[in-house]
Amino acid sequence: MKPALIAGAFLASLFALSLLVGVSPLSAVDVLTFRADSNAVLVLVESRLPRTLALILAGVGLAVAGLIMQILVRNRFVEPSTAGTVESASLGMLVMALFAPAAPVFAKTAASTLFALAGTALFLRLLSMAPLRSPLTPPLIGLTLGGVIGSATTFLAYRFDLLQSLSAWTTGDFSVVLRGRYELLWLALALAVAGYAIADRLTVAGLGDDVATSLGLKHAHVMAGGLAIVAMITAATVSTIGSIPFLGLIVPNVVSLAMGDNLRRTLPFVAAFGAVFTLACDVAGRLANFPFEIPIGVVAGALGSGLFLVLLLRRRARNA
Amino acid sequence: MIETSGVTKAYGDAVVLDGVDLKIPTGGLTSIIGPNGAGKSTLLSIISRLTPMTSGSAWVDGLDVSRTPTDQLARRLAILRQENHIAARVTVRDLVSFGRYPHSRGRLTFEDRAHVDQALRFLELEPLADRFIDEMSGGQRQRAYVAMVLAQDTDYVLLDEPLNNLDMKHSAAMMRLLRRAADELGRTVVVVLHDVNFASCYSDCIVAMRDGRVRRSGPPEEIVQPEVIREIYDLDVTVHEIEGHRTVFFYR
Repeated sequence: MKPALIAGAFLASLFALSLLVGVSPLSAVDVLTFRADSNAVLVLVESRLPRTLALILAGVGLAVAGLIMQILVRNRFVEPSTAGTVESASLGMLVMALFAPAAPVFAKTAASTLFALAGTALFLRLLSMAPLRSPLTPPLIGLTLGGVIGSATTFLAYRFDLLQSLSAWTTGDFSVVLRGRYELLWLALALAVAGYAIADRLTVAGLGDDVATSLGLKHAHVMAGGLAIVAMITAATVSTIGSIPFLGLIVPNVVSLAMGDNLRRTLPFVAAFGAVFTLACDVAGRLANFPFEIPIGVVAGALGSGLFLVLLLRRRARNA
Repeated sequence: MIETSGVTKAYGDAVVLDGVDLKIPTGGLTSIIGPNGAGKSTLLSIISRLTPMTSGSAWVDGLDVSRTPTDQLARRLAILRQENHIAARVTVRDLVSFGRYPHSRGRLTFEDRAHVDQALRFLELEPLADRFIDEMSGGQRQRAYVAMVLAQDTDYVLLDEPLNNLDMKHSAAMMRLLRRAADELGRTVVVVLHDVNFASCYSDCIVAMRDGRVRRSGPPEEIVQPEVIREIYDLDVTVHEIEGHRTVFFYR
């Protein structure tokens, strides 16, 4: 159980660090000895703690969503942001902002989920029609589809003067997280737990339609259930903190290289590593240009693209 | 017993299977042979409910494959298809354990583990048990797939061209193993084979197909005959008795 301990220690220290780092000074000693003034307590309870929890919840959710998508689509390079899912979710948010601006967040997220599901279904439909000669074909199809949906969304937003809201959904940023404005993300955690509950079914489905059917699994059902989880996690994160690039790619790939793809074993590690990734990126963004902040989307994009290149080259070297 | 009645499969105007009536007896090893496009693989995947049929019926032990719940069928019949591209990075032991899925639903009992160990031993995979299948040779991976199918512990084991990508040594080892699965484990083994001589040496019964129909079926001494081979493959061959096995010579 050594890797579990290391992951836990990492997570705990980053959790503490994220609570303490910020423009408004906060002393760990004061907090632990109940000597913090009311202002510090207010910062902690209203801002730092919600932000830190939001980071963990989003990290867990997005990493697990990426993992489930990679297993079900049977491709290492797909995740919600390379399959048109994120763009579809954003379109759903925009449509709700246009037609039902007064709807509660939950209703908006539900609509966004439906759009994300439809977009993912379209992606799978396109995959089934295209000849899949290279493992890079699915993400290329997904990125193209995402580009098309994204440009339609941008056009709509431009025509209705909503470009600013759109950019809030597409660039991940935790600086706006306050108590009362992130709680929807608990849904992402609940969904990740649901994914763990059906981990064996997901892994068997990942062996392919034929093998899964031969083992008595209803492949289409598992596929639908798994992708519904992915769509809901995507919609919940997009509507609260925006999207974080590369997270859903990097984290599951690193864990897969080290531990394989038996989700019953690896999913908790993917979840923990996802939280570590978001916490580390956000804290780094808070420190890099102190007292100003760099949004997590930028940090994750820079760090993630580098790591992703390393992974890509390593996989190629191993498969050659 | 596996039984089909009037099994037909058509893709638009292209008829791949044309009213196949077939009885495959319980026990022993049955080979299905025939030229490319004869419908062998399609027949196998219809019997194992991986492909729906256009018309007709198929039964495994009296269970109608198109009506029986898929998880119930998974405890009677296991199938290994030809193009097994498993992208997932799982260890050999994990893969073989998934063979127990129809019984365990993922929660392995003591008995499940015993079946997994037995399958690993049977295929001499114990030293490789903790290796990832994407880091093994094609022959080793093929053995791992067969171990998974055997761990499923079904009365019927169907394999579509299990010798694909195997060299001479591994092909012969695989056929000996399937023979042992039939003799020692009491499984009914059905294989699609391209090599008529392997079919001749190892089968109890050979089913010869052509143009979506079963042309002949019977023991090797009936099927491995120059005139039958000509009828099936349009090829003039000579048949020789070598070490007690009828062997087709077709290289000149």
